Amino acid sequence: MKLEINGEMRELDAEPEMPLLWALRDVLGMTGTKYGCGIAQCGACSVLVDGVVTRSCVTPVGSLEGSKVSTIEAMEQDAVGQKVVEAWVKHQVPQCGYCQSGQVMAAVSLLKENAAPSEEDVRASMQNLCRCGTYNAIHAALSDLAGQENA
Amino acid sequence: MMARIFLDGPANGSGDERFAAPAQPVNLSRRRFLMGSAGVATGALVLGFGIPVGPARAQGPAAPAPKALDVPAFLEIRPDNTVRFLSPFMEGGQGAFTAMAQIVGEELDMDPAVFEVEAAPAGKVFQVMFGGTMRITGGSMSVRTSYDTMRRLGASARAMLVSAAAQRLGVGVDTLTTEPGKVIHAASGRSLSYGELAEGALDMGVPEAGRISLKDPKDFRWIGKPVARIDMHAKSTGQAMYAIDSQVENMLQAAVQHAPRLGLQPGAIRNEAAVKAMPGVHSVHTLDGAVAVVAPYWWHARQAADALDVDWQDPGESEEVRYMPADFATDAFTQHLSSQTGRGEEAETAGDSAAAFASAAKVVEGEFTSQYLHHAQLEPPSTLARFNEDGSLDLWMPNQGPEIFQAAIAAKTGLAPEKINIHSPLLGGFFGRHFQYTWGNPYPHAIALAKATGRPVKVIWSREEEFLRDPMRPMAVVKFKGALDADGWPVGLDVVSVCEGPGEGIANKRGEKLDESALEGITAKSYAIPNRRIAQLFVKNPTTLAYWRSVGNSMNDFFYESFFDEMADAGGKDPYALRLKLLEGNERLTTLLNAAVELSGGWKRGPFTAADGTRRARGIAMASPFGSEAAAVAEVSIQDGQVVVHDVWEAIDPGSIVNPAIVEAQVNSAVALGLSQVLVEGAEYEAGMPVARNFDVYQILRPEQMAKVHVKIVESGAEMGGIGEPPLPAIPPAVANAVSVLTGKRVRVMPLSKESFEA
Repeated sequence: MKLEINGEMRELDAEPEMPLLWALRDVLGMTGTKYGCGIAQCGACSVLVDGVVTRSCVTPVGSLEGSKVSTIEAMEQDAVGQKVVEAWVKHQVPQCGYCQSGQVMAAVSLLKENAAPSEEDVRASMQNLCRCGTYNAIHAALSDLAGQENA
Repeated sequence: MMARIFLDGPANGSGDERFAAPAQPVNLSRRRFLMGSAGVATGALVLGFGIPVGPARAQGPAAPAPKALDVPAFLEIRPDNTVRFLSPFMEGGQGAFTAMAQIVGEELDMDPAVFEVEAAPAGKVFQVMFGGTMRITGGSMSVRTSYDTMRRLGASARAMLVSAAAQRLGVGVDTLTTEPGKVIHAASGRSLSYGELAEGALDMGVPEAGRISLKDPKDFRWIGKPVARIDMHAKSTGQAMYAIDSQVENMLQAAVQHAPRLGLQPGAIRNEAAVKAMPGVHSVHTLDGAVAVVAPYWWHARQAADALDVDWQDPGESEEVRYMPADFATDAFTQHLSSQTGRGEEAETAGDSAAAFASAAKVVEGEFTSQYLHHAQLEPPSTLARFNEDGSLDLWMPNQGPEIFQAAIAAKTGLAPEKINIHSPLLGGFFGRHFQYTWGNPYPHAIALAKATGRPVKVIWSREEEFLRDPMRPMAVVKFKGALDADGWPVGLDVVSVCEGPGEGIANKRGEKLDESALEGITAKSYAIPNRRIAQLFVKNPTTLAYWRSVGNSMNDFFYESFFDEMADAGGKDPYALRLKLLEGNERLTTLLNAAVELSGGWKRGPFTAADGTRRARGIAMASPFGSEAAAVAEVSIQDGQVVVHDVWEAIDPGSIVNPAIVEAQVNSAVALGLSQVLVEGAEYEAGMPVARNFDVYQILRPEQMAKVHVKIVESGAEMGGIGEPPLPAIPPAVANAVSVLTGKRVRVMPLSKESFEA
């Protein structure tokens, strides 16, 4: 099957049931997207499907034909993604970093929908787990990004 | 001291050699034959530790041959003026790589931002702790045990580069100064970059330790400053590589199904033929205590491993394995611990506790309970194993101590240690998860499967299999008694902790001495309570146990500091004032406690009504873990019967620090784990099995449950302490004490989510 990933049509030798997470990691060798739970609880596997944050560990590749998939690997080529990455570095958000691909994708999805999210919007949207407890740093980065938009 | 605990379980050794003289660096630049495939740049200046000084100072013929060098270098200054540094300490979010770059860079006079830092492989030369005897990444020890060593390494390299410049420019060494990355001859306005000078230093001896001068701390350019961590961009763009991301040519992947209970062994696989026919399956294997499926893609392996229908055999209890009985349940086990009436073995005594209770005006009693905890690091454990044609074995594995694993694998495989190459990618969280645990690491599976298939195999434990074999933070039931005099002052303390310490659990046997990590945080408190008897009543657990961030302190300070408030209330004392009173004369802790209270805007216990109309209260607590001191205030309210923590104000005194921004990040992180533990977390067992196998049932702190965190760093100048763990233990009791004030009901059981509260 063919899948559009990061703006490129990729030939994918995988059966339709294979979750996108494992197609990305194992078939395409793109390891930026992470496995944490496999049941859509932690969010480490978050990617964008047609601009909307999606948990790739429970998304069969067969459901994605005709969709545009964006992953962490392409975020610096995305206008919003680049700003998020810059804010993540500026606010020194990551600790171990394992959940941060997913956190960045969730932030990009939020900002694409709402360039100046309120604190409530951020709280409602940023639901990925972080065991290192970077939640306050994530909020600081998003509040900075929302503030830039308002300024 | 943590060092011996991590290595040996409840064992021996004083550990006071922490600040022993650092190892003397040596110049390895011309030892290219030793550097093999390490990718050292041509013309780079390479300094390392612990290696016999080269042929120029040849030993007599009778001298033993230098030990084979299995690692190339520590510090490499390349012709392009970049620096590569092999860190003895792993990076798992705690900022060790950046701290190392800051410390070496400070004395080298090189911007930490130009350092490329990687985890060093296994090898004697990287054992830089305790006078060159060991290294682990744990016990919050990386920076404090290597601070002097790393400064000397940087200073040695700088001195050599200055010498090289003096030769090149034909001027005296004392006419030269350095600016980051270059040597300056001010008189002539000439300068040379370190990269340009590296070649001139290749044949130089490293100056003797006594001839190296270290910077005056007032001149520090980077140490003590909030230097940006060096891995932020890689970790924000998916480029950071963890063990689970490892891949090598011709690699297969494997998923396992563990025996449902530890101690069971696989019998026949009833549907083996059907599973072998599943999509993508390469082969099906029977392992020690597990079955596995190997496939090119892990998802195929996982589907097939889950589908295996195994006739598990129960050989019953034995000494060889930590056997999990079919009827084990945490509720019943808690009752069992609670029903113990023994007095235990004394870990700390002072004065005459019996007499203090006999003459007490009032006796306060309380029984406290803690829970098993998972590490729940977000990266599930994995190991990639590859046997090479020369008989060596490469392993890519998350680990907090390469030499410990190398030795364990040597013992298991019969390979010589130097044939075992341990690669240590970034850790996707650790919190104590990645030590050598007899039944808790995937490397035996990876080695067995690589051997069986003749190909490199990467084993990943699914989250469900991880929660079945993750060794846990121990639970305990602790019985407190406090004796108060007629004026309400505490004069006696009697504590029996019914528990098995983590060191005892890991070793699967009791040591000759008590496991200090079982009672740390109940013992060695600084309050002036003159008569004490603190004891452990050992009860073996069937579960596997582990170190967890802040180890024994993670629960023991909750018990002690909560009971402290119970004594204060019973004696009619304010808990803040009582702490100050019992710390009289202890300037360091008085300053620290006051700093936490000042940070919170002054002591306000409550209950009070906040601006948003909610009823709130504050609690206070202290802890002295891992060489540092901490004091915290927490503010809570109750919403829908559950505790909400709004703010945490924490003052921490690690003596002196390297990076305030990292300290603040670590306090945030430790607060998150402390809140997680006190509010929501707990691993429970029913019928010999964990109730939670994934994050749908096992709760860890969610984003909306995080408190605002305010940090005050106090540098008292005391001996440098740790940072990764010390901010954690004061958090659960600060919250529990606040909840008790707000609800009028003492909190004695974690997690609080087990109860419903009313403000």
